[in-house]
Amino acid sequence: MVELRVNGSKRRVDVDPDRTLLSVLRGELDLTGTKYGCGEGQCGACTVLLDGKPVLSCQLPVGRAAGKQITTIEGLAKDGRLHPLQQAFIDLDAMQCGYCTPGLIMAGVALLAGNADPSEAEIAQALEGHICRCGVYQRVIAATRGAAEVLKGGAR
Amino acid sequence: MSEERLDEVLKDHGLPADFLTDPTFSRRDLIAALGGGIAILILFPRTDAEAQRRPGGGGAQGPTEIGGWVHVGQDGRVTAFVGKVELGQNARTSLSMVVAEELRIPPASVNLVMADTSITPFDMGTFGSRTTPYTIPPLRKAAAAARELLIGLAAQQMGVDRSTLAVADRKVTHAASGRALSFGELTKGQKLVQPIPDQVPETPPSEWRVVGHPTQKVDAVSVVTGQKRYASDLKRPGMLHGKVLRPPAMRAKLTSVDTSAAAAMEGVIAHRDGDFVGVAAPTEQAAIDALKVVRAAWDRQPLVSPPELCEHLRRTAQAADRGAFTQGSVADGLTQADLKLERSYTVSYIAHAAIEPRSAIAEWSGGDLTVWTATQSPFGVRSALAGLFGLPEARVRVIAPDTGNGFGGKTPGQAAIEAARLAKVAGKPVRVAWTREEEMTWPHFRPAGVIDIRSGVRRNGKLVAWEYHNYNSGPAALGTPYDVANQLVQHHPCDAPLAQGAYRGLAAPANIWARETHMDELAHELGMDPLHFRLTNLTDDRLRAVLKAAAQRFGWGQGRPGAGRGFGIACGIDKGGHTATCAEVRVDERTREVHVERIVTAFECGAVINPLQLENQIEGAAAMALGPALFEALEFDQYRILSAAYSTYRLPRFSDTPRIEAVLIDRKDLPSAGGGETPFAGVAPAIGNAIFNATGVRLRSLPMAPKGVPAEGAEARQ
Repeated sequence: MVELRVNGSKRRVDVDPDRTLLSVLRGELDLTGTKYGCGEGQCGACTVLLDGKPVLSCQLPVGRAAGKQITTIEGLAKDGRLHPLQQAFIDLDAMQCGYCTPGLIMAGVALLAGNADPSEAEIAQALEGHICRCGVYQRVIAATRGAAEVLKGGAR
Repeated sequence: MSEERLDEVLKDHGLPADFLTDPTFSRRDLIAALGGGIAILILFPRTDAEAQRRPGGGGAQGPTEIGGWVHVGQDGRVTAFVGKVELGQNARTSLSMVVAEELRIPPASVNLVMADTSITPFDMGTFGSRTTPYTIPPLRKAAAAARELLIGLAAQQMGVDRSTLAVADRKVTHAASGRALSFGELTKGQKLVQPIPDQVPETPPSEWRVVGHPTQKVDAVSVVTGQKRYASDLKRPGMLHGKVLRPPAMRAKLTSVDTSAAAAMEGVIAHRDGDFVGVAAPTEQAAIDALKVVRAAWDRQPLVSPPELCEHLRRTAQAADRGAFTQGSVADGLTQADLKLERSYTVSYIAHAAIEPRSAIAEWSGGDLTVWTATQSPFGVRSALAGLFGLPEARVRVIAPDTGNGFGGKTPGQAAIEAARLAKVAGKPVRVAWTREEEMTWPHFRPAGVIDIRSGVRRNGKLVAWEYHNYNSGPAALGTPYDVANQLVQHHPCDAPLAQGAYRGLAAPANIWARETHMDELAHELGMDPLHFRLTNLTDDRLRAVLKAAAQRFGWGQGRPGAGRGFGIACGIDKGGHTATCAEVRVDERTREVHVERIVTAFECGAVINPLQLENQIEGAAAMALGPALFEALEFDQYRILSAAYSTYRLPRFSDTPRIEAVLIDRKDLPSAGGGETPFAGVAPAIGNAIFNATGVRLRSLPMAPKGVPAEGAEARQ
């Protein structure tokens, strides 16, 4: 039995603690916004926040997430209000198929939490571990910059 | 179809339970069974070219003539039905836009039902940039006809002339009296089903309020909140997880297998049928564990692999097939030439590497089969399943949820077939989700090929001879857009070692790369500016326009590149799209690595439907195209794919992406063509030509610089 704190709720799951956090989020908790892309930590589609830090959930045994605050894409909007980065992705059309988008947003949220004013180069560096096969990279950088501006302006 | 199944289908698409009243409908009388409201049908005659090309045409049911429909329900809700699939090309948005335009409603309010064989009309598949030219025009007509029908109903009920009525906010309003009837009030109790009339007043481009204007993805909120469900996100009650035994070599026959140890595991079902061996278990891990204890022996056959590949393709080349073109005499042309050039170009196999690996859930119920699967061709998958299990197509339902990329890779339905086989034996729903390794090993690939070009040109820059042979890579965009009096252009099918098929743009990126590289070589030999040389041989106004637009935005000819830098230009026409790309590269003096610094693509595909997402497609195509241009290549030996992981198959990432600028030429006077594929095609040659400009090294193999630019001029890998 592993006790998880996911998006502010306590969730007890009867699973092998060696299973990946990704498979438990998707399989047991039906939090399917976190995606499987490669299973080897190469694409970032499975990125979630663990105590605010981005982790590759396909590489993390669920037992090691016990007791920590797990935030997934489903837990980002508060009371129906989107995070400024979610809104910026919409405003700048920073997506095509949308499959890698949740991972990119989670990594971007973590970046902005630690660096309120990242340069384009810093954003690219922080997101280098993510693959977007639609190639929307330039818009993702622009959306992250846009969200930084909104956050700086105290819009939230 | 049973009543329960019908209820399920309707619920799946958020339709009211009385939407269809006759639970035994077949496709033909589907419309007659409409519970209420009005519907406009898109009908294709059987002689329609698209109908003739349908796979499995003449099957048990035969293809339907209905190509789509627009419905306005008794609740006033607008629903449109198309067989297309959303792959990230944003068809869901563009199709919603044309319906919205004609019915004067917001695009996101259109309930667009896509890709469910039980309720959407037949569609050959989502590929070839066909949605815009072939699905949008009739859908637009159908929506316009629905609007006209609503106006007619309002005119009747109000007793006024229809010309005095206007449509807005889901109402038909009589301005003079201020009276208005909502769509719902108008359709209440109606059961009107009509084909598109001969004359339909479509909204002219000058009055477009939605189409032609930047429009965000209609389901963007569900994407950014993680609510959007792809095929791999779905579950069914009681579902088992399936795994399939993969051969140890690309070509292998199963000689013996023992599944008894797997079958003895708790809850595990093992199944063999010919070379198919699979297991199903209550959890994915249990299925993996069960597969591990299956003992199998295989007879492996070796493949022709890269060292011999090009020679093998040439040796097994067949006579020219589709797309062959002859004009004048190449021999005569060459005698007039002041300069002759003969070059070979080679293209590697590449993988689609779609971000969402294919998956399926199959469920049998009373002999009927339902499959949810990531595919670009739900109707093709339905045919395959019906054929395999000996079922009428009406008893197979294939649903293709919006999927994480396709790029031509998700046309077949392997996962669907595997899941259906296992589910049949298990008597429970079975999910088969391919791993990344499976996704990079067992689909088809973009074909490798060899392209030989022989050309002749006069000193003044006029092309006089053009002989072009493409071996195996494909006939798309085979012909040259340049004016050459003497031509011989052929594509030759060959014996190919790997499964090969569609990839974004089919062979157009390869053919345009080889042709535009050759054009650059000729320009260099002649000492002419590459843009000027192209324009000298080009009368196609649309291609000239994009060339000039790209050059202008890029600043072509207005400055010399800095040290270690180079500029390149390329252009092409395919699938109704006209593309031109300029690139700036920097080649690191020490490492010889290529850094693409800037890409400008000018694109024209007739009237632009959604400028925001067309720009996005152009930018994304440029970023994706960096891979095949510079470093993507499928590695394989005689038996196995050696690059079956994201860690061993390098893909474009943030650090590879240059500044990308899209220049749209919006020709509202021309019909719209698709924009998802063709902007891809000019990128590789523009980059290669820029590398030559920077280094003097001509690269004639795709990918061009997987290990950086060689110091010496490299010939094509033979």
